[in-house]
Amino acid sequence: MKQNQPLILSGLEPLVITPESNFVNVGERTNVTGSKKFLRLIKEELFEEALSVARDQVENGAQIIDVNMDEGLIDGKAAMVLFLNLIASEPDISRVPIMIDSSKWEIIEAGLKCIQGKGVVNSISLKSGEKEFIYQATQIKRYGAAVIVMAFDEEGQADSYKRRIEICERAYRILVNQVKFPPQDIIFDPNIFPVATGMEEHRNNAVDFFKATKWIKDNLPGAKISGGVSNVSFSFRGNNAVREAMHSAFLYHAIKNGMDMGIVNPGMLEVYDEIPKDLLAHVEDVLLNRRDDATERLLDFSQTVKGSTKQKIIDDSWREEKVEDRLSHALVKGIVEYIDDDTEEARKNFEQPLEVIEGPLMNGMNTVGDLFGSGKMFLPQVVKSARVMKKAVSYLLPYLEAAKQAGARSQSKILLATVKGDVHDIGKNIVGVVLACNNYEIIDLGVMVSADKILLAAKEQNVDIIGLSGLITPSLDEMVYVAKEMEREGFTTPLLIGGATTSRIHTAVKIDPEYSGPVLHVHDASRSVPVAGALLKNDTFFDSIKKEYKKLREDYLAKREVKLLPPIEEAIANRQMLNWNNQENLTPNFIGTKVYNNYSVEEIRNFIDWSPFFNTWMLKGKYPNILTDEVVGEEATKLLKDANTLLDELIANKSLIAKAVVGIYPAASKNESVQVYKDETKNKVLSNFHFLRQQNKKGEGRFNHSLADYVAPKNEALGGYIGGFAVTTGLGIEKLIAKYEAGHDDYHIIMVKALADRLAEAFAELMHQKVRKELWGYASDESLDNDSLIKESYQGIRPAPGYPACPDHTEKRTLFDLLEVEKNTGIELTESFAMYPAASVSGFYFAHPNATYFGVGKIGKDQVEAYAKRKNITIEEAEKWLKPNLNY
Amino acid sequence: MNIKEILKDRILVLDGAMGTMIQRYNLTEEDFRGERFKNHNKPLKGNNDLLALTRPDVLRAIHAEYFEAGADIAETNTFSGTTIAQADYDLQEAVYDINFLSAKLAREVADEFTTKEPHKPRFVAGSMGPTNRTASLSPDVNRPGFRAITFDELKEAYKEQAKGLIEGGADLLLVETVFDTLNAKAALFGIQEVFDELGKELPIMVSGTITDASGRTLSGQTTEAFLTSVSHMPLLSIGLNCALGAKEMRQYLQILDKNAPFMVSAHPNAGLPNEFGEYDETPELMGEQIKDFLNDGILNIVGGCCGTTPEHIRVIAELAAQFSPRSLSPLLKAHSKLNN
Repeated sequence: MKQNQPLILSGLEPLVITPESNFVNVGERTNVTGSKKFLRLIKEELFEEALSVARDQVENGAQIIDVNMDEGLIDGKAAMVLFLNLIASEPDISRVPIMIDSSKWEIIEAGLKCIQGKGVVNSISLKSGEKEFIYQATQIKRYGAAVIVMAFDEEGQADSYKRRIEICERAYRILVNQVKFPPQDIIFDPNIFPVATGMEEHRNNAVDFFKATKWIKDNLPGAKISGGVSNVSFSFRGNNAVREAMHSAFLYHAIKNGMDMGIVNPGMLEVYDEIPKDLLAHVEDVLLNRRDDATERLLDFSQTVKGSTKQKIIDDSWREEKVEDRLSHALVKGIVEYIDDDTEEARKNFEQPLEVIEGPLMNGMNTVGDLFGSGKMFLPQVVKSARVMKKAVSYLLPYLEAAKQAGARSQSKILLATVKGDVHDIGKNIVGVVLACNNYEIIDLGVMVSADKILLAAKEQNVDIIGLSGLITPSLDEMVYVAKEMEREGFTTPLLIGGATTSRIHTAVKIDPEYSGPVLHVHDASRSVPVAGALLKNDTFFDSIKKEYKKLREDYLAKREVKLLPPIEEAIANRQMLNWNNQENLTPNFIGTKVYNNYSVEEIRNFIDWSPFFNTWMLKGKYPNILTDEVVGEEATKLLKDANTLLDELIANKSLIAKAVVGIYPAASKNESVQVYKDETKNKVLSNFHFLRQQNKKGEGRFNHSLADYVAPKNEALGGYIGGFAVTTGLGIEKLIAKYEAGHDDYHIIMVKALADRLAEAFAELMHQKVRKELWGYASDESLDNDSLIKESYQGIRPAPGYPACPDHTEKRTLFDLLEVEKNTGIELTESFAMYPAASVSGFYFAHPNATYFGVGKIGKDQVEAYAKRKNITIEEAEKWLKPNLNY
Repeated sequence: MNIKEILKDRILVLDGAMGTMIQRYNLTEEDFRGERFKNHNKPLKGNNDLLALTRPDVLRAIHAEYFEAGADIAETNTFSGTTIAQADYDLQEAVYDINFLSAKLAREVADEFTTKEPHKPRFVAGSMGPTNRTASLSPDVNRPGFRAITFDELKEAYKEQAKGLIEGGADLLLVETVFDTLNAKAALFGIQEVFDELGKELPIMVSGTITDASGRTLSGQTTEAFLTSVSHMPLLSIGLNCALGAKEMRQYLQILDKNAPFMVSAHPNAGLPNEFGEYDETPELMGEQIKDFLNDGILNIVGGCCGTTPEHIRVIAELAAQFSPRSLSPLLKAHSKLNN
């Protein structure tokens, strides 16, 4: 009965998988859900780099590459099509088969239409019943692909041996008998779950997988087995020695039982034979569930495994060394305790106080710079080092003045400023610290700095480099303006561009042509040092950069696909018509505004999403996994501890005041506008919000969304409501920062700002929940944990003006007037409509169950004209604010 | 008689070039236009597919010549019979008629011969060319993500063609000169949809084109990858045609012989084109090379592509009769059973 038909896949070349084949390794780096880097590349449309991720995998031996574009903020279908098309043009990548990975059928199908070879669909299951399963399998067969079937049915995911084989057998029979799917093209994923979790019901997880694998291979002829291996060792995150042993022991047994292929990180795999015998025995006890106390024994044993636990002994031996070495040690380790004493001792050893700075202190900072540059130190550590440096310098300052040596040797000066209209400066501060660590003198003009101030300060101080920063989109235009002004005034000073919305391509296309001096985009703080160094020391760098940007610009303009957008009327016709019948629970419990004057920060704290916090500190990873990350785990844990200590302090001292205003009003939509009324009679108009509509051509069953669609039109009986909110947790921050500035404590300046930002987001999340459950009350029975909140798995959305669903920042003015935000919370708007304090969030509430986040994307001139008319502004004005969205 | 049964016993012969034969008639613009397209806005000379509507007599005569020479299977004159290819002539609306009438007239000629020689039944294969667009390559080197045609557009075009061919009476469908496998996959997808709609299935032949000595299709696949990529359909045969002469094609046919769970076909050109773009391999020379692979036992269906004439087919048919067809290895047989 047993059949030996191979599974044959193809890219440009065939891949034949026979029972004799070695384990087939599937590359998983081109997966936005698994790789942050890849997600960022796709989001930023850096497809060249994204392709190199794919290429690296193939070069490193991946025999299949898994492509996944399932992410809320990207158009998964378009990204899948474009990326697969690009792969098709790269023979060194497309020689291997593609695994099209998505939980959305429409993305899978779009992907299948792009690959000439025989790929694999990952995955389908009986989750939504036989009808859908049969349909999808039939289509996959017609497209000519193999398929991964998850052990998942109407009841849920299979978690026992019995359920695994039941579901797989049922799926197999349907596929082979009804769909006539070639059995050798069926690949089962019988769910690899963690073991040694301490939960009784998980103890047999690995055994069940092995047994199910064997059963499938024995009883379902032709079928193959795949799975994601790293899951099994989930409970040993942070202990790579044990994890690697677990992976390889698991694979050893899984392959013996018939596993054919899977996703394995080759860097996380020990050679089975090289696993120490005692460790292996403990691991296999767990995997094979051989002893009742296997988990406890492995846990105990893992403590002894080398590299798993860090000895915590305070080592003071460095205090015995020479003073130069002590200074260097203090800088590298960020220890401030002894710095004044050591600096004093060093001062006595040198004739001039300046020599202390130029000698031991700079040597120490150079070490820090080198370690940071080579990825052996992380930003939070560098910031602490800078603090030590500043403290030492400030100790020496009186002596320097006395010796009239100050300024005798001129350091290079770098001017930094957040441009006019923008208040965000965490990133700029980090750049300042990192540059200061590398012996640059930083002149920081702060936030909301106008072009004339920047130019004036640059002239007065005779700076060597000007660095501009900004976070919101209007800042991009302001940077262009600063560049133009520099050109007009005949500057030749190099101009650095940085900040979240900036990009190399924007710099090359929009800023560089305006200024004949050097213009350079700096991706993050770590790049600022080599860039500044090269600009100042290397004469040819300037030319090569100009050339590079010119080429970038030309390539961009040549490549840019000006997609013709359908007329706006067509987009309006393809709007999503929501069902407003039976939406009684959308009728709010409360109409009007509610102000919260001094909300408990303690309560807000519980809603913090920590992942972005680590991102601010340039530590890459997701919370809580980041705490046990091999590379940054230790530093991340420290950082979190410091953050919590500071939070405790802030709360105890009531240093940060949280204020909020929320409002819910009757409203009616008309095309892309929403009229807001005082009460249910809908007679007195309070405000008019003007939204935009997606205008790109949509595939079948996809709509051209506008936020206005989420409010019922006037003729509907139900659902005619909109909400708005503004929250801040930044009141009082200036006093705190002044305090830290006095102590040269950049670490805490950045920390308090980053925390305030997180609290503001958390506050917005908290208020949204309050609105859903109480004030509006359409989801009074909702119960979600913080994780689900972060994943936004609730009904209704809270989009913010200036973000993808309503990109026009000027709508904030209307919102602020409606909610009287300035009066109620003290948040102010700058001329670019940034909120001050920066730790503030504002936005709209939409409650309909179908309301989802989306990006407006590119819009046509016809829509802009109509929009300008509705808002009663000139077309030029509308174009100014919508610049990133214009399709012309 | 069922073609699958016959193929077990002997090698079947596909006819030769259609274009080469049409050239011999020195047809004029008026011949191509006929009554129906007298006032058409574009020149139509060279649109060979149109002759089914305007000079069916020419096509009938050519089919008869090939059957006379010993061909078992005639290809319909519909290589460019898709809305995509006919768009060059603004003749999208004539596509169904082209396919229907082409199949019908070939059917009629074939039936005449079958009646005359019942021991040698003649078949009609509906020819489905690659169109002039590629679904997995960008025509613009600066925009590698761009595509001039989509899978869905190709599928729709092929559906219309297949429907005309089937309703006109074709016995088989021949997806040929495949230079981009994604185009072929779209064709197969469309064909399957037409089968569903008509409640009727025909055997399908697929024939790819290895463009040069690299051994790959234009879209970059190796012969084996190409085979793998179209094996999801229970094909009657897989093969190679065009671009190469018999000699150059041999090594790639061996790969198909080794791996294909289907019948294997070949219809090479009459050698490689000379410096004037003409195919000048004589029937005798081509016959010698074909004899080599008949001797190897790697073929089930053999015929000619560009530059071949009834004279070539006559030589090929005589040779084919002397050799036994390729038989599937037991492993491939099992695979084939599974697929069918």
